[in-house]
Amino acid sequence: MTAVRRLATVLAAPLLAFVVAGVVTSLILLMAGDSVSRFWDALFRMPDARNFVNIINNSVVLYLSGLAAAICFRMKLFNIGVEGQYRVAVFAAAVFAGQAWLPGYLNTAVAVLVAMLVGALWAGIAGLLRATRGVSEVISTIMLNSIAGTLVAYLLRQVGERRGETMTTTPLPRDSWVGGIPLIPGEASKVYGFAVLAVLAGVAYWLILNRTRFGFELRATGASQPAALASGVDVKRMVVMAMLLSGAVAGLVGMPLLFGTDHAYASTFQSGIGFTGIAVALLGRNHPIGIALGAIVFSFLIEQSNVLDIVAQVSPDVVVVTQGVIVMSVVIAYEVVRRYRNTAEQRGVARSMGGPSGKQETEGVVA
Amino acid sequence: MTVAPPSETLAPAAIAPPPRAARRGRIWLWLLSALVLVSLVRVLTGAHELTSSGTLRQALIAAIPIAMAGLGGLWSERTGIINIGLEGMMILGALGAGYFTYYYGIWIGLLGALLFGAIGGLIHALATVTFGVDHIVSGVAITIMATGVAAFLAEAYFSGLPGGGPTQSPTLDTPPTITVPGVSDWLLEVQSRHWFLVSDVASAMRALVWEMSVVTLLAVALVIGSGWLLWRTRFGLRLRSCGESPSAAETLGVNVYLYKFVAVTASGGFAGLGGAYLVLVASSGYQNGIVGGRGYIGLAANIFGNWRPGGLFMGSTLFGYTEGLHLRPGSGLSIHALLLLVAICLLVLAALQVRRAQMVPGAVSFVASVGFFAWFMLSDEIPADFTGMTPFVTTILVLALASQRLRVPATIGMSYRRGQAG
Repeated sequence: MTAVRRLATVLAAPLLAFVVAGVVTSLILLMAGDSVSRFWDALFRMPDARNFVNIINNSVVLYLSGLAAAICFRMKLFNIGVEGQYRVAVFAAAVFAGQAWLPGYLNTAVAVLVAMLVGALWAGIAGLLRATRGVSEVISTIMLNSIAGTLVAYLLRQVGERRGETMTTTPLPRDSWVGGIPLIPGEASKVYGFAVLAVLAGVAYWLILNRTRFGFELRATGASQPAALASGVDVKRMVVMAMLLSGAVAGLVGMPLLFGTDHAYASTFQSGIGFTGIAVALLGRNHPIGIALGAIVFSFLIEQSNVLDIVAQVSPDVVVVTQGVIVMSVVIAYEVVRRYRNTAEQRGVARSMGGPSGKQETEGVVA
Repeated sequence: MTVAPPSETLAPAAIAPPPRAARRGRIWLWLLSALVLVSLVRVLTGAHELTSSGTLRQALIAAIPIAMAGLGGLWSERTGIINIGLEGMMILGALGAGYFTYYYGIWIGLLGALLFGAIGGLIHALATVTFGVDHIVSGVAITIMATGVAAFLAEAYFSGLPGGGPTQSPTLDTPPTITVPGVSDWLLEVQSRHWFLVSDVASAMRALVWEMSVVTLLAVALVIGSGWLLWRTRFGLRLRSCGESPSAAETLGVNVYLYKFVAVTASGGFAGLGGAYLVLVASSGYQNGIVGGRGYIGLAANIFGNWRPGGLFMGSTLFGYTEGLHLRPGSGLSIHALLLLVAICLLVLAALQVRRAQMVPGAVSFVASVGFFAWFMLSDEIPADFTGMTPFVTTILVLALASQRLRVPATIGMSYRRGQAG
């Protein structure tokens, strides 16, 4: 296959998905009797400097969440529990850092480690249950999400303090805050300092998966569990390790928010990042750069939707539909492209073998 | 060299499965002992809410949406398609019920919910069967879409209606209920005497004859009907064969794709009805977030019930019971009494395990039992948060303890392409 054709098949799926998402979103707007053209004008207006910074910041958070999900996806393990893992982790980190036992950035660094540890442990429960008792990680992580939500709410009432309507943990000492990066000159809002951490996490993800034995075994288990088992991979250990690693990265998800803007964990802490992260990982096909692009697309949609009700009299919720349709159509499109590639390859092989029987013999492989 | 006596390894297979009647008898025995146990705990602790007809009625109302989602899971997973999009399909059903009931009345509302849920199911079938997308991925995507669609359309439909708003529908009519007049009062009288066992039976019966919603009866009929359809008819055999061995089914002329499509679409319809029940019976209107994870609990109830209608209904009532108890006044006290119940159950389990010479699990159960007993003695109430957690913790525990005994449909989660049979 030529390079151009290969690039075309890689890009075809996401492009197709965006077109489908656009059509479906427009249809839903029509159903509700809203103005379709005004919606698209509002969605694709030029973001100003502040929106731009917001998009980057949200991408950072979504990127970490996507990475966490992707680690498990590479192994065909479905960690639906990033949502619960980051909530438990950020709460633990907020409580720890709020005590200010350590000075300055040391406090920050240890708090980040606490978050990773707690996230890993929370995910590890599901990993252990899967490895030792054969409990589906999908069900257990979903249950753990709900338990995490209630547990954190309960603990917050035990250790937190009341501020007006919300409960909040002790605010972090000012010297542990992580300042922003003034990316755009003259703009007051800054990019999270933790953006650097996200980039590092992406690089580490790529290195571990593609340049280490652990990563190879992880991908091998994902590609074919029996084959991995036969070549000496301890699959059960891999399940636990992958969950732990995924949970540790999930622990990082809340860090930019905690140290960059919120400076405490309150009952109003942003939720839903874990679920969006799953979508982002799927959109980016678990590739470190793909996930980054997916995160940017999703944060763009979220940021641009904020003014929809003012500019176009359309409820911002419609963008959630767009996101869902993007995910659904992108996975379908990937599957269609994969099948197309398979048949193309087989046809190529059949032609080079020079016999009409070639196609018939390979038919089983298509399936 | 020692050779294990063959009789020992063959023993489990050699024992014939108990005949249906004996199995049924054992289930009744278990139910009866459960009733005696709960009644005993109630009398000992004085937590009369444990089996009051109010609690049991709430429990039933909480159980039905879970059972409907579980039924959806049953239909879909029996053909091998995992459906974690049930949550999304329930959300769609809830919205459909809200919209159609407001404009056209309850019965059209239920149909609308069925339709909306079925649309979600159809999308799932299209993605997983036709395109071979991973079942979990498709389910997640459907739930995201459904959340967005429901929130968006709720704002479009309900804003500006009297009593409605951007996130909730106006108050809707409630489906008719059935009360057997004389009997229910008399049973209440018996219940309020707090007699051992007698009052518990009376309140259980009263929960069934007092303000029983017709939709509840409909739902129970659907569970029983599904059991009959899936296990007693040719259609059901073919449907289940698609989940056990699709290639074998195909060689016998079963249209596997069609059966999977039908089952997954029906699955969405059931989930949609579950959403409608939440909107119409459990509360009096649609609001965003009303489903609150019940789709997932339904899926868990289905696993808990070993992919069988009776089992999933029992699982749903168990989860529904903790939720129902949670909603009643003085729930801290009654949930606290449940600790004693759990302690006794674990003790019985420990005894059974020791008798079967399973020493280590027996010891673990015993220690856990002592732990729960100590917790019961040393505390007066349980924080409300923990009671809300109960269904989720129970699910995990049950799966951890029983997952080895569950019998999963053989090709669950796998994608099947036509022509694989060769």
